Amino acid sequence: MSDTNQAPKSADTTREEVALLPPVDVLEDAGGITLYADLPGVPKDRLSLHVEADVLTIDGEVVLDAPAGMELTHTEVGLPRYRRQFTLSKELDAGKVQARFEHGVLTLRIPKAEHAQPRRIEVQVV
Amino acid sequence: MYYRSMFPRDLFAELERLQREVPQTVEPGPSIRGQKRGYPALNVGGTPNAVEIYAFAPGLDPATLDVQLEKGILTIAGERKAPAVSEQATAHIGERFAGRFRRVVSLPDDIDPNSIVAKYRDGVLHVSVQRREETQPRRISIQ
Repeated sequence: MSDTNQAPKSADTTREEVALLPPVDVLEDAGGITLYADLPGVPKDRLSLHVEADVLTIDGEVVLDAPAGMELTHTEVGLPRYRRQFTLSKELDAGKVQARFEHGVLTLRIPKAEHAQPRRIEVQVV
Repeated sequence: MYYRSMFPRDLFAELERLQREVPQTVEPGPSIRGQKRGYPALNVGGTPNAVEIYAFAPGLDPATLDVQLEKGILTIAGERKAPAVSEQATAHIGERFAGRFRRVVSLPDDIDPNSIVAKYRDGVLHVSVQRREETQPRRISIQ
């Protein structure tokens, strides 16, 4: 993240690169991984999720209905974009990711591939 | 500020202090909530006619949000539940806020407490408070 923070904010081309890091919860159970990400202010059509070479990228643009001529006097969310990347491990099935986006919270369910599911091996007594 | 050396010539203590303070001032903090700020994060802005407050409070049931205005003090309170974790699950990252929260904003004197509108959309609570009409800028015509 430190690299993106050092990017200059003046030029419009580099502004694309600067983004807030959304807080996440990541939980893993036997069936896969559940990821929750807080992306307040992002409408559904401005959220982009993609997986490329095992890297999952969450990218969202903040859209607020600000009245014309509004001047911000206090800012805690200072950038209109969130971005975060995660490297998926081999046993996760990136093709079967389920996503839900409600009230600014993204819920991703990334199942484990069939062959990676834990299996109980019956011990036979002979 | 956690610590200031009593002895200004203690070079190592000074360096240690610098090491702590510089990242705080140089980095704007990539986290939406940061460690020093509360939940929800607030942006406050204004126009000549109104004061606009944006509370970045994702994942709430709007019905449980408590927004109050009393004597020019706006209070936003509520509770956010942690996601249900089954006993077999492992938590790898846990950064999201969970629990009760309360944030308070002192509004300017010229607001009209009777014209306040609160909307919750995409996880952002937008409270818009109109300013009183008699305090709004107006042009005085010269006769």
